[in-house]
Amino acid sequence: MKKQGSDSKPAPVLPALPEPLKDLKIKYTKIFINNEWHDSVSGKKFEVFNPANEEKICEVEEGDKTDVDKAVKAARKAFELGSPWRTMDASERGRLLNKLADLVERDRLILATMEAIDGGKLFSTAYLMDLGACIKTLHYCAGWADKIHGRTVPMDGNFFTFTRHEPIGVCGQIIPWNFPLVMFIWKIAPALCCGNTVVVKPAEQTPLTALYMGSLIKEAGFPPGVVNIVPGFGPTAGAAISHHMDVDKVAFTGSTEVGKLIKEAAGKSNLKRVTLELGGKSPNIIFADADLDTAVEFAHIGLFYHQGQCCIAGSRIFVEEPIYDEFVRRSIERAKKYTLGNPLLPGVQQGPQIDKEQFQKILELIESGKKEGAKLECGGGPWGDKGYFIQPTVFSNVTDDMRIAKEEIFGPVQQIMKFNTIDEVIKRANNTTYGLAAAVFTKDIDKALTFAAALQAGTVWVNCYSAMSAQCPFGGFKMSGNGREMGEYGLHEYTEVKTVTIKIPQKNS
Amino acid sequence: MDQALCSAALGKTLSDHPCEVLVEDLAFLSHAPAAPSQRLNAGLLFSLQIFINNEWHDAVSKKTFPSINPATGEVICQVAEGDKADVDKAVKAAKAAFQLGSPWRRMDASHRGKLLNRLADLIERDRAYLAALETLDNGKPYSVSYLVDLDMVVKCLRYFAGWSDKFHGKTIPLDGDFFCYTRHEPVGVCGQIIPWNFPLLMQAWKLGPALATGNVVVMKVAEQTPLSALYVANLIKEAGFPPGVVNIIPGYGPTAGAAISSHMDIDKVAFTGSTEVGHLIQKAAAESNLKRVTLELGGKSPNIIMSDADMDWAVDQAHFALFFNQGQCCCAGSRTYVQEDIYHEFVERSVEKAKSRVVGNPFDFKTEQGPQVDEEQFKKILGYISTGKREGAKLLCGGNPAADRGYFIQPTVFGDVQDSMTIAREEIFGPVMQILKFRTIEEVIERANDSKYGLAAAVFTKDLDKANYVSQGLRAGTVWINCYDVFGAQAPFGGYKASGNGRELGEYGLEAYVEVKNVTIKIPQKNS
Repeated sequence: MKKQGSDSKPAPVLPALPEPLKDLKIKYTKIFINNEWHDSVSGKKFEVFNPANEEKICEVEEGDKTDVDKAVKAARKAFELGSPWRTMDASERGRLLNKLADLVERDRLILATMEAIDGGKLFSTAYLMDLGACIKTLHYCAGWADKIHGRTVPMDGNFFTFTRHEPIGVCGQIIPWNFPLVMFIWKIAPALCCGNTVVVKPAEQTPLTALYMGSLIKEAGFPPGVVNIVPGFGPTAGAAISHHMDVDKVAFTGSTEVGKLIKEAAGKSNLKRVTLELGGKSPNIIFADADLDTAVEFAHIGLFYHQGQCCIAGSRIFVEEPIYDEFVRRSIERAKKYTLGNPLLPGVQQGPQIDKEQFQKILELIESGKKEGAKLECGGGPWGDKGYFIQPTVFSNVTDDMRIAKEEIFGPVQQIMKFNTIDEVIKRANNTTYGLAAAVFTKDIDKALTFAAALQAGTVWVNCYSAMSAQCPFGGFKMSGNGREMGEYGLHEYTEVKTVTIKIPQKNS
Repeated sequence: MDQALCSAALGKTLSDHPCEVLVEDLAFLSHAPAAPSQRLNAGLLFSLQIFINNEWHDAVSKKTFPSINPATGEVICQVAEGDKADVDKAVKAAKAAFQLGSPWRRMDASHRGKLLNRLADLIERDRAYLAALETLDNGKPYSVSYLVDLDMVVKCLRYFAGWSDKFHGKTIPLDGDFFCYTRHEPVGVCGQIIPWNFPLLMQAWKLGPALATGNVVVMKVAEQTPLSALYVANLIKEAGFPPGVVNIIPGYGPTAGAAISSHMDIDKVAFTGSTEVGHLIQKAAAESNLKRVTLELGGKSPNIIMSDADMDWAVDQAHFALFFNQGQCCCAGSRTYVQEDIYHEFVERSVEKAKSRVVGNPFDFKTEQGPQVDEEQFKKILGYISTGKREGAKLLCGGNPAADRGYFIQPTVFGDVQDSMTIAREEIFGPVMQILKFRTIEEVIERANDSKYGLAAAVFTKDLDKANYVSQGLRAGTVWINCYDVFGAQAPFGGYKASGNGRELGEYGLEAYVEVKNVTIKIPQKNS
């Protein structure tokens, strides 16, 4: 058996990292409808900030209900029977998505710089990870466009029956600020490969890369009205989408709290289809027989990646009793190594939280941890004198009833708990309203497969964490969401199945 | 062959040819790139040797064979002639590329897709050049090479690029305390033997699914038409496929082809060609190592025209179904069954249409029909025409060579053809149309199915019940309703009966290129 990572790796996984753009210009700040740029009907705009220095980057048109109405009309028109989009070959939809991937690759540096400035994301992460995932996801979905097979069905009686996998229609898509561009692509790529039209609302914190994508979508040659992008706020534009009587489906990624509002709105309006990808409090279980170096590193990255602002963050780390102290010691050591600062600078490993609201919420939860008796091992406060930076924080001696063990913190705050037996840790890991992800570290094949079955989560990692790829379905059990994104499963959320039955004179097998 | 590059000869032939002008003329096609004509002017060099390990090799025997322009009968150039010794070399290279831990085996499936997409991009870049090469070597009209063949090649490669990371194994609810799953693993070294009627397209049909699923390939291209495949070999290297993944050997069937099909180290053989050779291949597989076999063979496809059909459209499509590509299609609609009450009108219009078909220089834009691929085919077809006459079919037009040189045959139509006649039973593979009369649906289904072949079939009718009934009753791998020769990478293609084994294209086409491995792991306790 050979170890991975020898020099015969077939293709470079990551491209060389360039320097971020020095003179990034923000060209697209308006509402994108019908492949054109529109001012908001109300004339309102909102400010977009750089969370690393709290400075204003630009102002963006603020869409609300009337703009959503305009966008939905455009999307509906683009979806009419006989329209260019409806009469297009599926393979041509795939070609357009591949073209879009090529354009994203061409403008990778612009987009990565923009993402770093707008989202406080490390430039290196934005360039290598986020943009890499965007390009691969577009190619992946491009390939599906002409492979979404209906079936012919051996129905009883003298009938010929087949199914058509038809696009649902106008899809509202509301996306979060933690992975602005990746979430944009995760939403539009499956929707478009299945032939839908979309109205996307990017997060008010991070609208810039989504709007830039509007220009690429037009350049790629998607017909007008197929993709519409309305920047704005949740209670106005977001609510307008989820309540809209002419939106056939809404897909949302964000908090569980807002997820409930969206599902309620769908129920109250037109019973639109709903998919939700919400919060998590994902358990990461480390057995004494695990490779400790690997486990510490994955547990660390699984929590601290992107300032802890991941729905999948491994925020409850259950460590088996015999290795608990050593694991905590190494985890602290690892967390202390961080260099915080301007996410555009090389060598910086942690940027700011997205905004003041999140910043304060995280600090408040850290306080609650201390108050409820968890042991603060390192960090625990803000960092620097401007920007929303928080020190990498590790809590040990965390018990299941503490707020920091139950609530989603969405920040760089690691909770480490102790366990003794398999049955106990399964129970404790599953004792949550969430069920997005989970992981187990062990060399024992029986334990690995026991946990793969027992954990109530949409994704289970064994001896790894955060391993995601366009081929794999992703989504939540319980209150972490409804439905799945990506993989072939993700396509089901963007198609209606139509059964067509034709009377025939005589059946023959 | 000096320096193994016979580019000078080829460059000369190409630049002497009117294709340069044509490339210019094609500028009105939005996607006709200007670059290839410059490349032609520059006398682009490419090797005419054997492609192994991303390198060019002379034949071990040092032998070469001529590739001939069927429009003139003149030699275009000499090509290295691979035989058993070269196949052995290629198989060794392929095996090395397929070893556990090799770059190709460790590559992400999505990256295999990326390489296939890149190959499609390169073919698109050199589209005009490849189309000209295809026409020069095969004789098909340049407009068809460029617009049809090359378009389908690019789309096929892109289609399979998409599959590379989507051909899923399954997890299986096995009884007992077990975890059970399947892996779709590549079969291994695949021998692929391709024909001369659609050289580039058949190459894409073979490479697309094999490479998407992670196999390695030893391909033998037809001795009549080796040029475009060898050019593509350059592009395979340029795209970045690791050495040994694709190996291409120009050569003959009885030597190189036989070496592939009886090779003990080839895991699978895929063949497109005649039913006669298909028998030999299946037999060789059985006698050697029981390698997997897929075959796409001959046909004598029925095309059924009901009296309620749209007559203009049916005549048009029936003509296209037979005469497309000089009649050199395995799925050619070579038994046109016409319902009694419209028979005379249909025959009359079909003859009219055949008479107006323009035969000539394949580089001329007006040309609809070029030469047959070689002298052997040319003579065989003329032989069938005389047999038809002798056996009492009515020759309504054509029947003779169409030029003084080159292998041109007049578009030929036979009426009053009976099912028992040789021209109604055997594959002619030429521009010779047989029209037969029928009365009832039951009768025509029986007669249509009374053939050892079962590749394709079609029915023309406006009646929904008839369309469904006939399409279910026909014994053929493809049934077209109110259309003919509609192909897409998405739709599986292959034969019933002696027309072949297995399917190419579509998701079904992947099945021939994977072994399913079932993995079962004991677990302490099952939970749903």
